[in-house]
Amino acid sequence: MTSESSTQNVLQGRAFKFGDDVSTDLITPGRYMHLRSNLQELAKHSMEDADPTFTQRVKPGDFVVAGKNFGMGSSREHAPLVLKLCGVSAVVAKSCARIFFRNAINLGLPVVMCDTDRISEGDRLRLSLQEAVLVNETTGETLKIGELPPVMLRILGEGGIKPFIRKYGDFDALAS
Amino acid sequence: MPQTLSEKILSANKGSAVKAGDITIANVDLVFCHDAAGPLCFREMADMGLEKVARPDRAFVFLDHCAPSPRLELSNDHQFLRQSADKHGMRLFDIGYGICHQVILEELAVPGGITVGTDSHTCTAGALCSFGTGMGASDIAAALGTGKSWLRVPESIQVKLSGKFPREVYAKDAVLELERRLGVDGATYKALEFTGDAVDHLTVSERATFSNMAVEMGAKVGLFPSDEQTRIWMEQHGRGEQWKPIPLDEGATYEQTIEIDLSRLQPLVACPHQPDNVHPAAEMKGTRIHQVFVGTCTNARLDDIAIVARILKGKKVNKGTRLIVVPPSRKVLRDAMTQGYLVDIVEASGTIGTPGCAACYGAHMGALADGENALATQNRNFKGRMGNPKGNIYLSSPAVAAASALAGAIADPRELD
Repeated sequence: MTSESSTQNVLQGRAFKFGDDVSTDLITPGRYMHLRSNLQELAKHSMEDADPTFTQRVKPGDFVVAGKNFGMGSSREHAPLVLKLCGVSAVVAKSCARIFFRNAINLGLPVVMCDTDRISEGDRLRLSLQEAVLVNETTGETLKIGELPPVMLRILGEGGIKPFIRKYGDFDALAS
Repeated sequence: MPQTLSEKILSANKGSAVKAGDITIANVDLVFCHDAAGPLCFREMADMGLEKVARPDRAFVFLDHCAPSPRLELSNDHQFLRQSADKHGMRLFDIGYGICHQVILEELAVPGGITVGTDSHTCTAGALCSFGTGMGASDIAAALGTGKSWLRVPESIQVKLSGKFPREVYAKDAVLELERRLGVDGATYKALEFTGDAVDHLTVSERATFSNMAVEMGAKVGLFPSDEQTRIWMEQHGRGEQWKPIPLDEGATYEQTIEIDLSRLQPLVACPHQPDNVHPAAEMKGTRIHQVFVGTCTNARLDDIAIVARILKGKKVNKGTRLIVVPPSRKVLRDAMTQGYLVDIVEASGTIGTPGCAACYGAHMGALADGENALATQNRNFKGRMGNPKGNIYLSSPAVAAASALAGAIADPRELD
């Protein structure tokens, strides 16, 4: 990913559908803690206990689509990180757990909220953050997506917290 | 103008009044990482171009999730963390010192302070009226390098506690009842604020069981006022001079109020695979338990271990059941030793572990076999949590845990003689 704003791109890919309350233990299980300094290896176990075929099937650009409270549980940043390493371009959910959401935005991984009952496994999606539009190209439906809080948009706009801090050195730019 | 505890703490930190919904850039009073996220944290700090830790005297590293390390990759992580802490002048709590949240309660957090760390259960610090919240490695890297973090001032849900616990009913049962009512996302983005007559008699140890589980309802923090109980705990831990009162305000704005009468509670268990899947222990009686784990930042302090020792004394754990007891800190381990509690537990056939997260996390010892049921005093029972997605985890108080260890199945401690 370039340092160009994550919000400028149009994202396209297939939907990988999950249910409600997908925990960080499902996204990146604790029994792989010893792989956390080998992130490429850790990423091979992403979503393993929810869908053992996920890492074989997911391609760059694809979307993780879920019900409510996606990413509940741990503050492990490895959860959104391994999804990003698998090539997931955005998480689309009915709602998102607080720490996972903040971590995803920090990594430059967009998280959008919408009624994901309108999306099925394998549907082709097209997401434009700048236009705040999500199109289900398989069903032809345009889905309303919730607005990200301004402070999140600001961080995402720089590409995540690392480019933000590299550029500004601290958080004062968020207060304005 | 009456304020919630969150508003008070964040206003004092900023130097001017903030209210729920505002964004504030807070000065962080205590920042930490541990062995599960510390390596990523230090690497990201370097990636961000932050070369120095802003306040090394208030920045800490804990080796607690895999203590001692069971394999070379984690040992290398531990080595990297020791080197990083040394380089930055940060204090590192090595294996056996204790779980980060427990040590923070014992030695580090102060009322009114802002505590952030790479662990979702950083909300435990709310038991000392510290605004404690968990974050990911990048946020903590930024907090280490800048001494700051951006925070949205949360709306507050009032949890009004009244009455006294009946026999063999404890703080864990009350927080499981709260979990049952709110659900795993009933308090997302909110602060839990504990009020009511019962707060006066809840010790910091009991309060910590509540605060610890705030995140299991999606909450950002779980705050108790700073009062006489807070002062007593801090005196007992040799830092009474760091105490200051932070009372609740009459008329503070709460989004919602939940009332729990402690005197009407019964022993509860959270069933697989979510902490809000709560049922009375009496209804779950007879569910076979292969492993009982008394440990973690939630519910294994000295008063909890005392309960387990009392229930087990002179008896034996059921033959088909393993009992693992892990004090959350060296201090609790030492006190449990000198009080004789560990002798009672060991003579009952329990086994004792190194202070640390132990079986809770699934990365260390006490992993489950396929199809096994565990009963633990921890806070979280997601599928796969205890090292095996084909294992099942029940959560309970230490009293239910000890009674169940004797029975080899979920048992109601009120039925013991």
